[in-house]
Amino acid sequence: MSSAVRRVRPRRRGQPTGLPPVLVPFAVLALLFLLLPVAGLLVRAPWRSMPAVLTQPAALDALRLSIVCASAATVLCVLLGVPLAWLLARAEFRGRSVVRALVTVPLVLPPVVGGVALFTALGRRGIVGRPLDEWFGVSLPFTTPAVVVAEAFVAMPFLVIAVEGALRGADRRLEDAASTMGATRWYTFRRVTLPLVAPGLAAGAVLCWARALGEFGATITFAGNFPGTTRTMPVEVFIALQRGDPAAAIALSLVLLLVSVTVLALLRERWLGALR
Amino acid sequence: MRGSAVVLCAHLLVLTSCSPSTSESDRAGTGAVTGTVTVLAAASLTEAFNTLGEMFEEQHPDAAAQFSFAASSELATQITEGAPADVFASASPATMQLVVDGDATEGEPTVFVRNRLQIAVPAGNPAEVQGLADFADEALKIALCAPEVPCGVAAEAAFTASDVEPRPDTLEADVKATLTKVTLGEVDAALVYRTDVQATVGDVEGIDFPESAEAVNDYPIAALSEAPNPTAARAFVDLVLSADGLAVLTDAGFERP
Repeated sequence: MSSAVRRVRPRRRGQPTGLPPVLVPFAVLALLFLLLPVAGLLVRAPWRSMPAVLTQPAALDALRLSIVCASAATVLCVLLGVPLAWLLARAEFRGRSVVRALVTVPLVLPPVVGGVALFTALGRRGIVGRPLDEWFGVSLPFTTPAVVVAEAFVAMPFLVIAVEGALRGADRRLEDAASTMGATRWYTFRRVTLPLVAPGLAAGAVLCWARALGEFGATITFAGNFPGTTRTMPVEVFIALQRGDPAAAIALSLVLLLVSVTVLALLRERWLGALR
Repeated sequence: MRGSAVVLCAHLLVLTSCSPSTSESDRAGTGAVTGTVTVLAAASLTEAFNTLGEMFEEQHPDAAAQFSFAASSELATQITEGAPADVFASASPATMQLVVDGDATEGEPTVFVRNRLQIAVPAGNPAEVQGLADFADEALKIALCAPEVPCGVAAEAAFTASDVEPRPDTLEADVKATLTKVTLGEVDAALVYRTDVQATVGDVEGIDFPESAEAVNDYPIAALSEAPNPTAARAFVDLVLSADGLAVLTDAGFERP
């Protein structure tokens, strides 16, 4: 077996590297498909009125709120999602495949439906929301924390799936070695498992943040729309369209695009790059 | 969509007279109308237009009516962006003007009904809302239509007329979304059209307020110049403006212009 592996490897190295030519047109087509709409935004952008649109306090408020909420949602997703991913990847229990399928539900659920679902759970008449409201006078909908909750609900599957994949790919023998040398389970998790899956965790967190930043449907349903507290950038864009002002909508979209691409590129460079 | 319209029509029949008489419908049917008529209409017209769609299909057996209901301003954007539609019915003249300015209407729009606002509260009125003044109470959860859509403009007019400074918790994208927050019991009060309260049975109560007279919306309708089916477009507008059509609309709580 091992001799077979040794024989295969040199031959593979000897082959010319590169894509099979048949894939190239499809790859180019995919790239065009993804980038043409963005190019369309750039072409239709009202460049002259851009500075006026973007320096409006409303737009800046929405941008700030978007970044703060998406970041808070990502923190929430990491705190809760990593343990869940660990459970799915490492714990043996009945119905694990069902739980794994359920975790991806927010991915397939239309976000607006997700917003209604959040009402039934956390709204004033929701399963958990009603006692919260009656006993403590805490009502979540239409508040900034509601934006964070809506974004986390929609974005968490991205993080869980990425981290679970990384955990499955990690070499368990290193964890076993740590525990034979006397490390506690918690110590092993912190000092061995987490560093092993760090690239997967980082990639998942970035995806999660990007998804949260663009979240619209669940947010406008569950958190509503009020300037300064719940009107995030995507909602601001939608309202601009409602007002019959597509030029402003495009300008605002481009800002959101620019911010997210910049952040993602910087992270990839600084953070993901260093881990590779 | 059709199924729910049938149920709604049957429901209205019990309450009032829904579809006046089939013999009248037969006379109106010219037989020349075929294909699908695509109607973009303000969200507040949902129930009435679904009923009118049923009447339209009765009158013209070879034709079908297809509706898209949303905030008028959103629909106006869709039309000026080239959405293939035959008829546009807007909840405000200002929104219709956007389409007229885009040279997208066939002839002058006609105002066919008017609508006024009503306070909507969850069944039982748990927060004991009395009138417009309660909308200034910070302790209450309040939903209003965003000022960018016609029902929000009407709400602003009502608050200006009554000298009340509202403290909304959310500004919803269209009137149906606003009402949904009441239906779910997530807000204590909202300002919506009277027709929307009337169309929602059970979970919502409507409270009239005197200042609503200051905030009456005119609803214009027009066939569109780029209509894929101009004959059907004219036929549908004719139906809406006919006595039968207006009867359906007034049954739904709209007022005659």
